[in-house]
Amino acid sequence: MLNVIQQPFCHQNIIEVNDLSFAYQQKPVLSNLSFAVQERDFVGLIGSNGAGKTTLLKMIVGLLKPDSGSIKLFGEPIERFRGWNRIGYVPQKNSFNPLFPATVREVVLSGLYNKNKLFKRVTKADQLKCDEALHAMNIEDLASKRIGELSGGQQQRAFLARALINNPALLILDEPTVGIDAETQQGFFHLIKHMHQHHNITFLLVSHDMDWVRSYIGEQPKQESGKIKLYVKHSHDLEDCRESNLTHSLRELRQRSENGKASVSSWKS
Amino acid sequence: MEILTSEFFQRALIGGILIGVTAPLMGLFLVLRRLSMIGDTLSHVSIAGVALGFIIGVYPLAVGLVFALAATFAIEKLRKAYKSYAELSIAIIMSGGVALASLLFSLETGPGINVEGYLFGSIYTLDDLDLMLIGIVTLVVLVAVALHAKELFLISFDEDAAAVSGLPTKYFNMMISVLTALVISVSIKIVGALLVSALLTIPAACSLVFARSFRQSIVTVVVIAEIAVIGGLIMAGVWNLAPGGTIVMLLIAMLLLLLTFRRRKA
Repeated sequence: MLNVIQQPFCHQNIIEVNDLSFAYQQKPVLSNLSFAVQERDFVGLIGSNGAGKTTLLKMIVGLLKPDSGSIKLFGEPIERFRGWNRIGYVPQKNSFNPLFPATVREVVLSGLYNKNKLFKRVTKADQLKCDEALHAMNIEDLASKRIGELSGGQQQRAFLARALINNPALLILDEPTVGIDAETQQGFFHLIKHMHQHHNITFLLVSHDMDWVRSYIGEQPKQESGKIKLYVKHSHDLEDCRESNLTHSLRELRQRSENGKASVSSWKS
Repeated sequence: MEILTSEFFQRALIGGILIGVTAPLMGLFLVLRRLSMIGDTLSHVSIAGVALGFIIGVYPLAVGLVFALAATFAIEKLRKAYKSYAELSIAIIMSGGVALASLLFSLETGPGINVEGYLFGSIYTLDDLDLMLIGIVTLVVLVAVALHAKELFLISFDEDAAAVSGLPTKYFNMMISVLTALVISVSIKIVGALLVSALLTIPAACSLVFARSFRQSIVTVVVIAEIAVIGGLIMAGVWNLAPGGTIVMLLIAMLLLLLTFRRRKA
């Protein structure tokens, strides 16, 4: 009985894609694609190059308009959706110029610059949020470095911090491991996995190579449409929906993951 | 030396100091978005406008501005047509502007056009109306940049992230282009149409050599441009040279100094 009441509450649709089609210069890229991403899902969108992953992602964040079909974000049609600060976005690693004059702090703070912040100044509270995001990603000592000076793994943490500064409910990662060595990828994946299990965050990850997350989201796609495969892993069992002690603060993220690491290593030895 | 206290030189100096703030600011955004050539294109097209202004007897800088704005929209249109070869649109419109300018200038045979002044800059030609126009443009640019500094930063750094945050990226792109067209058309009389883009891009090039933060690079571009503009205008006045030439040579000298200094340090 409890479950019946709790389920819809915990598993509301974060992303709803209905009968989506898109053609690029008369060539159909996506046709009649439908799927839903529920709260606290970890969804991997896997497909080879040219499968339409990026196109789909661009439509989900409103950068492209679908030819037909509809998209809902947090239950609202995308045309009317205004809660962009609930979405964190981590871009492909090498999408910026390494000489760009911006410090890590400036980059992380820019996660706050959204539509609601137009014409408003950066406040002390914003700076504190930035400190927390830097702390959570363990890069506070890099704050005044130029972003291009960081190693690939550090840059990833910086972009993750930028995405987390708003405490997003949905985190979108676009090929986050391109151009990153295997060891750093592993560390990054552990961080993501931890966040998925212990925080109330829904993940949408786009990649052409899924080796590094296979172990987490399984071998079997939940759904296939054209060349895109959809893998889904939920963070908890249905009956655990009532679990209410989820951390959602950045401050606790680092503590938790450090504790987790400590316990893992002590358990190993 | 008395030239430095003369009224026309004072006007040129005030005008120069104002564009020494706005030109490198807009240039910084263009360079960071890999659109350095847009400055060149807009200035070359606006010469055609200036020439037309002389022929039809309308205030030349205003016609130049209209041409620069038209070029801005044309570049956007062509960019969409060629997508991945966006710089092609810049090259086409630039040569189109110069071609049109040369035709118009050869039509106008009467005396009174100081073509050289428009191409390479002059300290003698700035009148009160020009100066007022420069003042207004400076105000507009400063207000726009102050209001939207953080959005302009995000759009320059990561346009996709800006769009995901719900920022109207099209509006900001247009804003950058229009402000650039404004700055270029009022800068032509002092720096010259052929050289104005250097005042946009070289300060940014200098700041890329050593600036760590965006804030720092904003300060750097303005300081470097001001040194070049003030020094260049004084040199031009004292030795009777084209100010466009002296300003740009000073800019390049500073860039070389910075590059050597950095190599030493490294």
